Amino acid sequence: MISVNHINKSFNDHSVLKDISATFEQGKTNLIIGQSGSGKTVLLKCLVGLFDVDDGDIFYEDVHFNKIGFKEKKEIRKKIGMLFQGGALFDSSTVEENVMFPLDMFTNMTFEEKLERVNSCLKKVNIINFNHLFPAEISGGMQKRVAIARAIALNPKFLFCDEPNSGLDPKTSILIDELIKEITEEYNITTIVNTHDMNSVMGIGDKIIFIYEGQKWWEGTKEDVLHSDNKEFNSFVFASALTRKIKGIL
Amino acid sequence: MRLFNLVGSYFLLLGKVFAKPEKKMIYYKLTVKEIEKLGLNSIIIVAIISAFMGAVITIQTAYNTENPFLPSYLIGLAARDSILLEFSSTIVGLILAGKVGSNIASEIGTMRVTQQIDALEVMGVNSASYLILPKIIATILFNPFLTMLSIVVGIIGGWSVGVFTGVVTTQEYINGIQYAFVPYYITYALIKTVVFAFLITTISAFQGYYVEGGSLEVGQASTRAVVASSVAILLFNLILTQLLLS
Ligand SMILES: Nc1ncnc2c1ncn2[C@@H]1O[C@H](COP(=O)(O)OP(=O)(O)OP(=O)(O)O)[C@@H](O)[C@H]1O
Ligand SMILES: [Mg+2]
Repeated sequence: MISVNHINKSFNDHSVLKDISATFEQGKTNLIIGQSGSGKTVLLKCLVGLFDVDDGDIFYEDVHFNKIGFKEKKEIRKKIGMLFQGGALFDSSTVEENVMFPLDMFTNMTFEEKLERVNSCLKKVNIINFNHLFPAEISGGMQKRVAIARAIALNPKFLFCDEPNSGLDPKTSILIDELIKEITEEYNITTIVNTHDMNSVMGIGDKIIFIYEGQKWWEGTKEDVLHSDNKEFNSFVFASALTRKIKGIL
Repeated sequence: MRLFNLVGSYFLLLGKVFAKPEKKMIYYKLTVKEIEKLGLNSIIIVAIISAFMGAVITIQTAYNTENPFLPSYLIGLAARDSILLEFSSTIVGLILAGKVGSNIASEIGTMRVTQQIDALEVMGVNSASYLILPKIIATILFNPFLTMLSIVVGIIGGWSVGVFTGVVTTQEYINGIQYAFVPYYITYALIKTVVFAFLITTISAFQGYYVEGGSLEVGQASTRAVVASSVAILLFNLILTQLLLS
């Protein structure tokens, strides 16, 4: 479980996150949704410590993440897997080397053990027989899947995904969503996913947090989505004529 | 004021770079890779430039000293000393600033804008040390070889063109090379090389590491890296010459 209490973050004079409190539950896919520019990526980066919050607290289980030193942070980070928006694979390394990287850095496994682990992670994301290709030689969706394989190589307890299906076709998007959900449940991970894709929201949203202009505006499950009377939330969720029609029918 | 900030963050980055490495074996492998990428790949350009420069220095000296009162060994002597003192360390340093510096800045800059550096940091890897330290070690170890190579090729280039054009005989040239030779000049050239290698690598890495934006900014950082490391080389050339030769 990860919880944040009253965090604020601004850049120069531009306040991006305003007094956000939330908990992200273990074994569940927690979604952060909101319009472009609402602060989702900034929130995610604050959670993993790529940005320092101005004030407020971030807890990983009972570890006060934004107050501990570099060494202790490093221990937590070994339990974090993160999927970046563009995949962020190392482009001078092959698919296999990319997934093996965390194992090289943080374990003392033999090469055979590492290879076995790499192949089982790649199998999980259905990337088979591409071990020796470079990221530039595989498609965008495959890159995302390899990035997921790299993120789960060390059996993370916390998984962060920044728009895992942006730029992908609807079918591949759903595949990636289901993969994330499956991994989350199988390994009992605390997973946090940034998205503005309504298919994801209705598909895998165990817990949904809606950010509006840097504030937490709404919170609930995917079942709650249809019955919300929050104006901003509804105008975000039911942005298209089609979705409004569906809401009308329900 | 901006310059102070810049120099400050440069030294902060160096502090991160020289933190204790997490896994020595990985750093060792990376250093070998970097020697190949930054060192071995520079051999040909250094050799070509050195051969031509040695040749030009020899011919120029020959035509400027056609006075019969000047001793014939002067040509070899002048070629040796200009190659040793300035050419093989400073000029080669400037050329490497262009080649290696832009390479480092664009590689690290691209990793920054595509979030590969963030990915390293989130995993708990010290990205500055992981990316930059192997490059520093590789260039500091390998650039002295490039300098020695440049000296040898430069002198041979001068000799072959000198003999071919008939401005100097082999014997005169060799006499000149050996005349009043100061072995310390080699030490001086190598010290300069090591300092320049450090400057090129760290300044270029610094430019790349703090890029913000996209590929346009990466290109700009790479240009800045070349300019800044060239200026630093010229500045330190002055300082080191004053310190080491006076
Ligand atoms: N490093 C930064 N420096 C200054 N401002 C920033 C920085 N990163 C983000 N911001 C600002 O924070 C705000 C929120 O950005 P953020 O990237 O979190 O949006 P987002 O919700 O992730 O949008 P999208 O869905 O388009 O990815 C934006 O106004 C942006 O300009
Ligand atoms: Mg974003």
